[in-house]
Amino acid sequence: MAEFLQILISGLSAGSIYALAAVGFTLLWQASQTINFAQGEFVMLPAFFVLVFTVKMGLPMSIAIVLALFLSVLLLGALFKKLIVEPMLSHGVLPLVIATIALGLLMKEMVKEFYSPLGQPFPGLFPHDVMSILGAKISVADFANFVIAMGTIIILQLFLSRTRTGRCMQATAQNPEVAKILGVDIKRMVMYTFLINGALAAIASVLITPIYLAKFSNGEVLGLVAFIAAIVGGFNQIRGALVGGLLIGVIDNLSAAYVSAEYRQAVPMLLLIFIIMVRPQGLLGTTEGRTV
Amino acid sequence: MIRKLALTTTAVAAFCAGMATADVRIASVAELSGAGAAAGAVWHDGIKMAVEEINAAGGILGEQIDLVEYDSQTDPQNSRAMVQKAIDEETFVLLGTVYSSSTVVNMLVAQQNGVPQITGSESPTITAKGNPYIFRTAFGAQKGLPKLGSYIKNDLGASKVAVIWANTEFGKGGHDAFLSVAEAQGIEIVANIPTEQAQVDFAADVAKLKSSGAEAVFSYMTEEESARFLIEAAKQDLGLPIVGDTVVASQKVIDLAGEAANGVASHVGLTAEAPIPAIQEMAAKFQEKFGYGADHNAIKGYIGAYMIKYVTEKVGSFDRQAFADTLHGLCLNASEYPGVLMDVCWDDTGEMSRESFLVEVVDGQQKITKTLPAN
Repeated sequence: MAEFLQILISGLSAGSIYALAAVGFTLLWQASQTINFAQGEFVMLPAFFVLVFTVKMGLPMSIAIVLALFLSVLLLGALFKKLIVEPMLSHGVLPLVIATIALGLLMKEMVKEFYSPLGQPFPGLFPHDVMSILGAKISVADFANFVIAMGTIIILQLFLSRTRTGRCMQATAQNPEVAKILGVDIKRMVMYTFLINGALAAIASVLITPIYLAKFSNGEVLGLVAFIAAIVGGFNQIRGALVGGLLIGVIDNLSAAYVSAEYRQAVPMLLLIFIIMVRPQGLLGTTEGRTV
Repeated sequence: MIRKLALTTTAVAAFCAGMATADVRIASVAELSGAGAAAGAVWHDGIKMAVEEINAAGGILGEQIDLVEYDSQTDPQNSRAMVQKAIDEETFVLLGTVYSSSTVVNMLVAQQNGVPQITGSESPTITAKGNPYIFRTAFGAQKGLPKLGSYIKNDLGASKVAVIWANTEFGKGGHDAFLSVAEAQGIEIVANIPTEQAQVDFAADVAKLKSSGAEAVFSYMTEEESARFLIEAAKQDLGLPIVGDTVVASQKVIDLAGEAANGVASHVGLTAEAPIPAIQEMAAKFQEKFGYGADHNAIKGYIGAYMIKYVTEKVGSFDRQAFADTLHGLCLNASEYPGVLMDVCWDDTGEMSRESFLVEVVDGQQKITKTLPAN
């Protein structure tokens, strides 16, 4: 029982971080029909911003994280939209998908070239203390990761449903033409979505990197897992991405422990195939309309 | 007039040819990117430092070393292609690769072409294949693990051990060798957990170790995976002694895992902390040159480059077959051949023997607890 609980909580902790990246997938899709295959690299990169600020420039960790968050919003949000998405969007979804794949490769190679091909230590944000719950030893770090990731998603959901700007973003996603007639500045709303995705990527990055270590190739795993999570949960719902992320995190850990460590990466893929076959819109997705 | 000009041109050309130094090409095929970069890049830096020293001291038989690097990208098939490319470009001797999964593939190419290959790999299978051109810079796991088995049984007093290992050629070699040692020592294996190369999440593996009933954990993975495992073990408060062979207590793992590496015990063939002045001097020079600490891979690369120098000078010419024949059964004394850093011998399979050490990680530093004789 203690072992199961331990694995379940570790899975939820990792899954909540996957959910942050998966939510980014759904946001961009809803706002601009952008499937961002560089999303994994978007989560990989902010950790290196933090390392540059702390290791190379000697800044304290807290300031480095704030600066990395700001830089991520600027580069992975605003600049990504202006330089990649806007020029490519008029050519359809597929060219944009290819452009984001190219962007991901470029980001990966740049980090390898200009920082290091080696894994880098990344300081943990939380104390190394351990709590005991029903015989399972739960680290403060796992608990804090879960709380922060879930809290971020809840705040985002509240922002989208309870504020005027959030509702305008929803309207833009659901029907841009009508939103425009109603006076919504849809360009600005779409830009907000990209900025939020940059921030989500930065938060996911500083939470996951103490476990993964900072490495240029981290995005390969994260991007794939987040994409599967978004599909499984429902590509057109934030709560779908949330459920998908948590589910993938838990299934990955449970299958590694109780099925086969060798096939742990295959199990989420099997789940993806199963979901596509029986419920193509995802567990919580809808077949009509779009909401963010 | 034309005849005079032709004669002058010929004389100048001959003079210039005499002045020019013929270089000997040596290939370093290493994991410079990909999952093995933590090992391969450091190994390559060790080679670079030794080659600079050798060239500054006059080279090999009066010829400068032209070191050419090839990136295997930690991909066995790519490493095979790189070894072929290096041979096509007429390398005299090959240095690399470090990852056993690559070496077992690319060593066949070197063998077919009769090119001596000096590897940093430690899988027992490397020297068990009867390849007359392969030579180690660090002994295989089958030689180090019996020493570790005694430590687990006698010093830790553990009779139930859990094994976590990399499901690669390197990991399988260490895993199989440890299981043999455990059987011989009467140690019961209560959990046997394979992991994947470049695995990032060890939460489930550590949870299984915790509930296995083990009294100690034997870890046999590469650098980054070892560090991630130690971080997760600390996070879940595993509370069991973690022991391993070489990698788990290497400087790279300590750098990556930080405090989580404290308390780890390991048998190491080579370490910058060894109480041997030549190694400490080499490590200090490496630190100054590259800005990071030398680990066993850096020392292996350094020794590999000097092996080429000493053996070639014994042969007296750049003869690949004579090089391989001479190195079989050769012993090099560190007082006479300082580049090998410690007294070392190679047998007729290319396997090596020399003294080794038991270390424990204390406050982020390797601390030598015992020096073990060569076997």
